[in-house]
Amino acid sequence: MNEITKPPQGFDSGTTSGYDVEEVRKDFPILSREIYGKPLVYLDSAASAQKPRRVIDAMVTSMTEEYSNVHRGVHWLSATATTRFEAARKTVQRFINAREDREIVFTRSATEAVNLVASSWGRTNLREGDEIVISQMEHHANIVPWQMLRTEKGIVLKIVPIDEAGTLLMDEYEKLLGPKTKLVALSHMSNALGTINPVKDIVRIAHDKGIPVLIDGCQGITHLGVDVQDLGADFYVFSGHKLYGPTGIGVLYGRAEILEGMPPYQGGGDMIARVTFEETTFKGIPHRFEAGTPAIVEVIGLGAALEYLMELGLDRVAAHERDLLAYATAQLLEIPGLRIYGTSPDKASIVSFTLGDAHPHDIGTIIDRAGIAVRAGHHCAQPLMDFYNVPATARASFALYNTFGEVDALVASLHRVREIFG
Amino acid sequence: MMDELRDLYQEVILDHGKSPRNFRHPEDANREARGDNPMCGDKVTVFLKVSPGGVVEDAAFEGRGCAISTASASMMTELIVGRTEAQVKSLFESFHEMCTKEDHEHVHHDGLDDEAMEKLQVLAGVRQFPMRVKCATLAWHTMDAALAGGTRISTE
Ligand SMILES: Cc1ncc(COP(=O)(O)O)c(C=O)c1O
Repeated sequence: MNEITKPPQGFDSGTTSGYDVEEVRKDFPILSREIYGKPLVYLDSAASAQKPRRVIDAMVTSMTEEYSNVHRGVHWLSATATTRFEAARKTVQRFINAREDREIVFTRSATEAVNLVASSWGRTNLREGDEIVISQMEHHANIVPWQMLRTEKGIVLKIVPIDEAGTLLMDEYEKLLGPKTKLVALSHMSNALGTINPVKDIVRIAHDKGIPVLIDGCQGITHLGVDVQDLGADFYVFSGHKLYGPTGIGVLYGRAEILEGMPPYQGGGDMIARVTFEETTFKGIPHRFEAGTPAIVEVIGLGAALEYLMELGLDRVAAHERDLLAYATAQLLEIPGLRIYGTSPDKASIVSFTLGDAHPHDIGTIIDRAGIAVRAGHHCAQPLMDFYNVPATARASFALYNTFGEVDALVASLHRVREIFG
Repeated sequence: MMDELRDLYQEVILDHGKSPRNFRHPEDANREARGDNPMCGDKVTVFLKVSPGGVVEDAAFEGRGCAISTASASMMTELIVGRTEAQVKSLFESFHEMCTKEDHEHVHHDGLDDEAMEKLQVLAGVRQFPMRVKCATLAWHTMDAALAGGTRISTE
């Protein structure tokens, strides 16, 4: 058996660049629980991250002390709730370095944010034969909304290919951009492979041709952060729950100029004709896109999550996660029969793998009994699974609270899988 | 805890999972259906040859799945041949009960079922793994759809 108990030289267990992961873990109540009598080893943060006490407390305080509807009452509670709610919008603005807080639209999730753009911007701006460029590695959330628009509008989807390592082929990308291309919609980072895409180059190349860009930042933002002004993308979408915040809340960042030109989401493109009704009902961006009572408590929880992350320091988090990834990759490759999908030189915090003949579902079930949570499946990226000709992979994803010891636990449990499957 | 894993991954299951029986596409099949488990992306196609009198004369399958779903499909194709449609349905009911209920009773005791159920008992371990029940029953639901005329089914 391999030497799996100690990180190799250069890995200073748990204290990468002065980052004290054991202290950080104390902020996450769930991490101290056991599963089947074993300490929980949570390696599924790419699906959804665990929540720090800060987020839980902020949501509890909101509901126990400061709760009311927002934007519509003169009473103290409503004013307080509104202040907290809008303060969270400013926190998001700060976190992604948006120019103005009205560029932050709260949605239910990243999925809803993409649908909002497809529905509002897409229906208004796209004609039959227009092209949208996506990639082979997109999450279904950045495929299906465009397919629905294709059915409705007769637009065409162009797919940027990837190589065997899971790296986007930038030459092919550039070639796909033509006079009919009306939007580029690509992920910052692949949730199934971990590949980090050169989003800044992607935006620059598209903008040189006058083509707007949407970036699906669901995974990228959690490991790399984002500066939307530096990036220059027209839209950037992400979900709160992968960023250590609550479920039910996502963000659509849109450049003010582009959002200004978009009709309300709910009610659809046809509603744009009823201008009088619209103007008396909606105040402009971002509220135009936030019809109905918003996810007040969740927005406040998201704000708390981002404050927490900014205090921890995204750079330190990123460094810790890079070390975990390097260590995990080295350890996993020692296991006979293990194959990693996604070996791009530029990747973060995700290891997708198969192990001999063992189906990822069986791997997931077996290591679950050792308290280890990984994702087994197609990761909502079936076209990508088809590319690699596998039905599924097992995926371990590493977050700010994971440790080298947890990597060791994963490796040990995979040896158990090998024992069972011979 | 580890015993539950051993119950689930018994030798018989691992064997059927690795070398599935009747893993082929018979030319003369007259019923077929495709089954998907959207949660994991597993797919199975079940082929049946049913005589004019309603007896299953051949059963086979193709597809990709985990050890549990492959073993279950493989065993199923061995066990349903020679049975009438009604007998196959009753076996499916018994099997389904076994996968989902702790104190299950075979729905029908007709001797035939008892013997088949004894073989299928190796799959009873899935009861301790609720997330995996769909793996064990996918091929059976698909076979049921094939008998009914052949459609696409999905376990969700
Ligand atoms: C890259 C990527 N895009 C989009 C999504 C969709 O996120 P949500 O389900 O929170 O809307 C995910 C989450 O799995 C993702 O990883």
